[in-house]
Amino acid sequence: MSRPPSPSGAGSPLRRWLQRNGHLVLFLAPALVLYGLFMAYPLAASLSYSVFEWDGFVRGGFAGFDNFVTVLTQWPYNDRFWGALRHNAVFFVLTFAIQTTLGLFVAVLLNRKWPGFGFFQAVYFLPHTLSLVVVGFLWLLLLNPTWGPIAQGLRALQLESWVSPWLGDRSTALVTIILVNAWAWLGFPILVYLAGLQGIPREYHEAALIDGANAWQDFRFVTLPMLMPTIWMVSILTFIWDFNAFELVFVMQGASGSPNYATDLLATYFYRTAFGDPTTGGEPGQIGLAAAIGVLMLIIIGVASFFGVRFSQRSQVET
Amino acid sequence: MPRPARIVVALFAVLLLGTTLAQELSFWSWRTEDVDAYDTFIDTFQQMEPGIDVEFEPYRNTEYNTIVSTALQGGGGPDIVHLRAYGGMEPLAQAGHLVRLDDKIDALAEYDPGVLLGATNRADGYVYGVPFALQTIQVLYNVAMFDELGLEEPQSWDAFIAVADALQASGVNALANGTSDPWTVETLFGGIAPSYYGCTAFFEDVSSGATDFTDPRFRAGLERMVAVEPYLAENHPGIGYTDMQTLFAFEQAGMLIGGSYELGVMADLNPELEIGAFPVPPASAGDETCISFYVDGSYGVNANSDYPDAALRFVEFLASQEYGQMFTDELQQISAVPGVQPTSEPLAELANMMSEMGTPYLMLTSFRFGQPSGSTLLQNEMQAVLGGDQDLDTAIANIQRGVAEWFDFE
Repeated sequence: MSRPPSPSGAGSPLRRWLQRNGHLVLFLAPALVLYGLFMAYPLAASLSYSVFEWDGFVRGGFAGFDNFVTVLTQWPYNDRFWGALRHNAVFFVLTFAIQTTLGLFVAVLLNRKWPGFGFFQAVYFLPHTLSLVVVGFLWLLLLNPTWGPIAQGLRALQLESWVSPWLGDRSTALVTIILVNAWAWLGFPILVYLAGLQGIPREYHEAALIDGANAWQDFRFVTLPMLMPTIWMVSILTFIWDFNAFELVFVMQGASGSPNYATDLLATYFYRTAFGDPTTGGEPGQIGLAAAIGVLMLIIIGVASFFGVRFSQRSQVET
Repeated sequence: MPRPARIVVALFAVLLLGTTLAQELSFWSWRTEDVDAYDTFIDTFQQMEPGIDVEFEPYRNTEYNTIVSTALQGGGGPDIVHLRAYGGMEPLAQAGHLVRLDDKIDALAEYDPGVLLGATNRADGYVYGVPFALQTIQVLYNVAMFDELGLEEPQSWDAFIAVADALQASGVNALANGTSDPWTVETLFGGIAPSYYGCTAFFEDVSSGATDFTDPRFRAGLERMVAVEPYLAENHPGIGYTDMQTLFAFEQAGMLIGGSYELGVMADLNPELEIGAFPVPPASAGDETCISFYVDGSYGVNANSDYPDAALRFVEFLASQEYGQMFTDELQQISAVPGVQPTSEPLAELANMMSEMGTPYLMLTSFRFGQPSGSTLLQNEMQAVLGGDQDLDTAIANIQRGVAEWFDFE
């Protein structure tokens, strides 16, 4: 790294610095401009929106932290916020549980390179290549309790009592959405785990085998510790993804997180507050409150990801 | 000047002249299903005004509000805006995105003042849109199915329940209504509740703040909604709007509590289907009966339009008697233009019912001006009640508490 120019030197320090590092500025400029325009500016604008009063789309006076206080303490905003946060947490925990059990299990099986390995790898990854909008519509049709193939199949098997409005029942709607999301998402952790498994030197497994370890002990004491950094990385990505989740609920349940907010997430709550609930045919949006929700989401995801990364780095060093 | 240069200059001149003469207006809408009809309307307009081109661009219904408000906020958007009614329109007028029309479109003076409310900004009292359609909510029924089972239009609640029982016994759903899409729950309310909450008298009391939603009259309306739960479509918490339409259009349900806008859709889905209509009957034959009606939306002009005069000429056409008649005949909806009579029989019946027993659609017309709106509260709370997840007392308490956040009750 170059040393900063001495202020006592001849000529403008800025000019000399530019002469020395100008090429860096040139190479960084396109990315910086794009990042500034599409990331930094909207972020700063959102932060500023959250501390003003709004009348529809017209900005009013400075509001300080009033919007945050409203979202966190005033009914019904607080009920909706904590409810959505809880749903995001359930969304992450269940997705995490599925990917680190079923996902890891499938990755370990695929790593054995049995016949058909390539085919199954493609099959597991395929749903991940589909847009979530397509996935949402597909499962909306499959899960329809009147003419959906799943309901029809159950009726054909004389299991009519099992047919239920899975997406319309408060007790099953969120779990159904999480399972649909897992179906679409699982290909990604499987692929990354597989890459991690293939990176573990064969000698370690052979040494464990010579020491008399069985398959489970080999997995528990060799594979799992070596795979921990990968599991951490995938978990952090899953956390960020799940706390930003929006499309699937929007497509399948609408912006209100139907039924009666049972599938409401922070992102659908944000969208509804910003632009009004489109499913009601229109009501005024509240930009200030929505921006406050956006900032709170940013803080939650940012803080959790920061500690996640720190912890993962520490565990990596220990490994 | 050399010849090639002259050709280039001439081409430029033609292009310049072309752009100056043809004023192309963009017209955004959420009515994706009405593209062909609007193309026909625009053709008629262009025969009268050949110098003005209009491009109809519809967007997905549920995303339209966001698309329009974002575009207008950014200084862009279309020249002509299909506007939602009441609280859906007001923030756009309030923010100065729309042209005031009541001092520019003479025909608006002839409109019913109640109808103009759907396009009025309450803050300044000015009208910012030309209302296009009026919708009513009632029971639509399958005439052939009723004839086959020997059923008649019921005149009392007991007779209505008897009809529903007879339909269910014949193996079809009595009502096609589901509760998966929250807004359809409000439609159900608009069809059933008014005759039981005391029609326009309660509407006026609660809209003025003289009473609130804990009034026993409101509860009486909601209780009737709960009473029809056993007759809703099978697995109704999972039945969305398109499922409802399909169930009714393809004769898997005998009745649908729905809007007048369904007539056009049903005619497209199943042209053979003969549809009759009646209001949800009162407790006893002869008691006061009413059906909800509302202004569906209006046509507005973007204050930032490049061609404000051309846009106003087009909107003037949309306020004309000729357009109103075309609109009602083509789209099978009740036109908001005064004096227009529907030619189709079921629609004329609905228009008559509206003029005889219409009462404003409660939440849309009075309680969508703040968040949480009365509609959002009613839809979600009653969805939970009909799904068996919540009791009626909690729902009423939440509706009252939510609306009271921004509405002043006395």
